[in-house]
Amino acid sequence: MPAAGTAQAAARADFKRPRRWGEEGIRGLLLLCALVSVLTTLGIIVTLSTETFGFLRQVPATEFLFGTRWSPLLAPRSYGVLPLVGGTFMIVLGSALIAIPVGLGSAIYLSEYASDRVRRVIKPVLEILAGIPTVVYGYFALTSVTPLLKLIIPDTQIFNAASAAIVVGIMILPLVASLCDDALAAVPRSLREAGHALGATRLEVSTQIVVPGALSGILAAFVLAASRAFGETMAVTLAAGATPNLTWNPLESIQTMTAYIVQVSLGDTPAGGIEYQTIFAVGALLFAITLAMNVLSHRIMKRYREVYE
Amino acid sequence: MSDAAWPGLPSLARRHRRAALARRGFALLTWLGVALLAVLLLRVGRQGFAWLDWGFLTSFPSRFPAQAGVLSALAGTLWLIGLTALFSVPIGIAAAIYLEEFSRPGRLRSAIEVNIANLAGVPSIVYGLLGLAFFVRGLNLGRSVLAGALTMSLLILPTIIIAAREALKAVPQSLRQGAMALGATRWQAVRHHALPSALPGILTGIILSLSRAIGEAAPLIMIGALTYIAFTPDGPLDDFTALPIQIYNWASRPQKDFHGLAAAGILVLLAVLLLMNAAAVAIRYRSQRKS
Repeated sequence: MPAAGTAQAAARADFKRPRRWGEEGIRGLLLLCALVSVLTTLGIIVTLSTETFGFLRQVPATEFLFGTRWSPLLAPRSYGVLPLVGGTFMIVLGSALIAIPVGLGSAIYLSEYASDRVRRVIKPVLEILAGIPTVVYGYFALTSVTPLLKLIIPDTQIFNAASAAIVVGIMILPLVASLCDDALAAVPRSLREAGHALGATRLEVSTQIVVPGALSGILAAFVLAASRAFGETMAVTLAAGATPNLTWNPLESIQTMTAYIVQVSLGDTPAGGIEYQTIFAVGALLFAITLAMNVLSHRIMKRYREVYE
Repeated sequence: MSDAAWPGLPSLARRHRRAALARRGFALLTWLGVALLAVLLLRVGRQGFAWLDWGFLTSFPSRFPAQAGVLSALAGTLWLIGLTALFSVPIGIAAAIYLEEFSRPGRLRSAIEVNIANLAGVPSIVYGLLGLAFFVRGLNLGRSVLAGALTMSLLILPTIIIAAREALKAVPQSLRQGAMALGATRWQAVRHHALPSALPGILTGIILSLSRAIGEAAPLIMIGALTYIAFTPDGPLDDFTALPIQIYNWASRPQKDFHGLAAAGILVLLAVLLLMNAAAVAIRYRSQRKS
């Protein structure tokens, strides 16, 4: 019915507010500011991919991704990124080994056991721990953790993965604790009360009702914290060393992906050379892995929101 | 009740013992975090305090530990944060206002939202790579404070936007509706009503984001700020160094004296962060008392 359609449109036009150009201009300006973030993402992707493609023209992708020797600065040159990836994974695993039990334990304590008074002390402490710059953790690893490790195991090298993993673990601990705390707090009270009514002890309620009920939130927290450990730079650069080394021994010096990028940019590398391109190739890999982990974490989180809302 | 009632379930006494033990275990893990913080601060304090004096604050870095100081690093950090705030604060608030007050639900908004959430998780060193390729080389800004501040602005923009959105979200809808019922345009309602009442929350978020930027070293190293600088920047295009970089520089040297300097530098850095956090707490406290 075209006639009725136009009549309706005409009626709507009568009620339409006058267009305010100032208002529209402000709206456009605000949108522009919001689009800066989109431009940033585009900028990151374009920058990383151009240099990475330049790199891959000289080094085949299979050699880069699966090669087991990384020596881009010294002859004989070799561009296998696995030692850097292995070193990074060692830090992530080691730090998770510390942050996950301690973080989850603190979260259970804070949400299920602690009084308000204790929470008021612990919460700010966790916030302070989260706010300490990473270079400070690096210093702490180098001057306190490594000497301690050497005291226990004399074979420990001055730069070693264990020391860096320990401080990165301390660093991501507040993140794990506060995200898990949020996840546990989202479990409805009635579930706990039902457990207590059936005669369960507080431990049984915590571990068999509350933690399973918040599992997806807890998993999302773990993944997010792991991604943070993955991209951590200063602490591992200071404490873990600069030797690309495919090893399982955490007491040896290694190099992470981030530490390699820092090492190259400390020197004066001319733009356009293959050394310059390697840091973008490694950066692109780092970006892809952390992005995948963050997306995974958001996915898990989204699923869990649906359960209780 | 006999234990046999539930085969496989331990006796009640045992279950209670286990619960009590677990309670202590969880508490222990929690206080471990507090203890770690205490140890860290004590160690740094003990190692750095001896090096901390007026000369340390007013001298340039030097090969001789006894004469070295953080003046250029402190000045560089202040320049960096000032410029970073200049870029990131208006853009961040504007983006938050757009998303919270002007945008309609739809593809564009959810694309921007997903994008911001993902950007918040990008490692800081990747921003450094962007800054190196785009600001330092592309725009030819060199290793200047300006290049550093632009990189840092992009880094903290997602956190500023997220914090500002939260603050705007907390302002009751009735305030905007009241203004608009009296004939205000959407922008007038935001400008005169929503924004002023969200301001304390926004300021707190900004301060916390900026303190993150103060502690970041990785992106600055990427854009090449790790050089020997014995002057304070005079303009945005000057070379610079910053506190975390100076600390990294000293900590990475093998000599013990330089470690002491690094610890003293950390104390200065923590003092700056403490001041900023105190400001954030004060703002939060004042706004809570008013409402």
